Amino acid sequence: MEATLAILIGVLVAVAVWLMLSRNLVRFLLGFAMLSNAVNLAMFVAGRLTPSAPPLVQEGAEGFASAFANPLPQALVLTAIVIGFGLLAFALVLTWQAQARLGTVRTDEMRVAEPPPAREAK
Amino acid sequence: MNGWYAALAALLPLAAAATTLIAHNRPRLQTALSLGFAAALLVDSALLFAAVWRDGIVVVQASGWAAPFGITLAVDTLGAVMTLIAAITGLACLAYATAEISEEDRRAFFHPLSHVLLAGVCGAFVTGDLFNLYVWFEVLLIASFGLLVIGGSKAQTDGAVKYLALNLVATSLFLLATGLIYGLTGTLNMADLALAVPRIENVGVLNAAAMMLLAAFGMKAAVFPLFFWLPASYHTPLVSVSAVFAGLLTKVGVYALIRVVTLIFTHDPAWTNTLLLWTSGLTMLTGVLGAAAQNEWRRILSFHIVSQIGYMVMGLALGTRLGLVGAVFYLVHHIVVKANLFLIAGVARHLVGSMELKRSGGLYVAAPWLAILFFIPAFSLAGFPPLSGFWAKYIVIKAALDERGFWIAAAALVTGLLTIYSMTKIWGEAFWKPHPDGAVAATEAPRAMVAPIAALAACTVVIGLFAQPFLAVAERAAAELTEPARYITAVLGARS
Repeated sequence: MEATLAILIGVLVAVAVWLMLSRNLVRFLLGFAMLSNAVNLAMFVAGRLTPSAPPLVQEGAEGFASAFANPLPQALVLTAIVIGFGLLAFALVLTWQAQARLGTVRTDEMRVAEPPPAREAK
Repeated sequence: MNGWYAALAALLPLAAAATTLIAHNRPRLQTALSLGFAAALLVDSALLFAAVWRDGIVVVQASGWAAPFGITLAVDTLGAVMTLIAAITGLACLAYATAEISEEDRRAFFHPLSHVLLAGVCGAFVTGDLFNLYVWFEVLLIASFGLLVIGGSKAQTDGAVKYLALNLVATSLFLLATGLIYGLTGTLNMADLALAVPRIENVGVLNAAAMMLLAAFGMKAAVFPLFFWLPASYHTPLVSVSAVFAGLLTKVGVYALIRVVTLIFTHDPAWTNTLLLWTSGLTMLTGVLGAAAQNEWRRILSFHIVSQIGYMVMGLALGTRLGLVGAVFYLVHHIVVKANLFLIAGVARHLVGSMELKRSGGLYVAAPWLAILFFIPAFSLAGFPPLSGFWAKYIVIKAALDERGFWIAAAALVTGLLTIYSMTKIWGEAFWKPHPDGAVAATEAPRAMVAPIAALAACTVVIGLFAQPFLAVAERAAAELTEPARYITAVLGARS
């Protein structure tokens, strides 16, 4: 299972990097969405995948009856998903604003903040 | 009680964000709340610093979960100093903002976002947990996105796109590295990591994770070659926003670098330090050369942030106690000076109507008080004695010479020289040269703008003239950093 997931993560990262190298901001964001999913999966796998019981203590019991799954990576991934969602939402709105205000989503056409040196007036 | 000071450093700004949001439709009340909470944060961080100075490292285990299972807040001298200086900068910039922002900017959630940003910054300084550090980074990041686009000009949208894109990459790298480190060690508590990392057998994965973290923090700190988002965006937002960014954001990256390099990744210092040393040299030189090519107040200053970051990383890279003393002293000096210079740029625009050097001038005649206020941080930045920058540079370069790092010392000195060039350029163009339109539009600025600048300039002068106490603080911070055993024992108890 780990090997399958590791390969999947690798493929996701490769696709994400390819997309993020694009000059088109929308493609970049699709790439970022994939990258953050790949990272979340990596974090999940890093906590070890075990076919064991959920980490819940039975009523009346003092501790776990058997081996239990590690709940921490799930908590971390959950946090990371929420954060990634927030960042992506902002990024999408910003892209929309870039299209509305600058008229482009291509990053090499965005030269407002750093205009190229003005040519000498003839 | 000490623990509460640490927790409140992150909780007070969050409470401020919530209450200023509720008071959104009452402008005067919102401003009063915003400044009140910023002042409360300053008091709290001063008390925190006093507690750390008196009783040593302050540790809080959140909800009473023993380390390393719960979230630990751990504040050593470095963390306390950074929190204090962040609170000072935050208050100064919020006070300045009361005179700067329009009703429309205020309606765009300026105050709540500023406090969320402060919460992220202070949270990052007080936490003792790697994943928690990631969360605080995200808190400050998302707030900084919001602040960056207040006003909504074309240039801001453009700058924000670049700022966002590179920071998203850094964020993903940070998270991935955290995941890998957790997979290797089974812990995210920084003190526990310091114990677990030397026992890792799979050094390859550890090195990969370490490099990812260095790249992520390096991107936040804007070191060469990862700094391009900074000069692309820092000259676009409101002046008070760019001053907070310039003072605090990159320094959170430097702080995180110092923390992980001195505490966690101590297994191969020769390799890490060589890498950081090259980075710092190139950062200093590219930053200062980039600044020399610019002709706008804030664009010049933005490139100088990059070059100054190089000095701090250089202090860290030297790996000696004196180097760290220099890095810590530099951090404190730099935050005050840089935030102040951005605020002064804002006043200059208020008076002459532009931040383009070509379209400014005549300030020396029209506003000699501003000339004096500019002179102090500008020449402190360049390292003129007896201002604070002189001591900061002196310590770092002394540390380099002690280690026979002649090249890096030379790079630092050349950078200092070129910094003078940029500062005299601003001086000559904006202050001495007559204004192209004949006269300066205004000679007076609102008191709320001038007071924070004067206060920050006074800090610079005090640090310069009475450097010894500040040096003592930096020495103690460096001593704690070079002996991580103290930090580890404070967090985990004496069980190791």
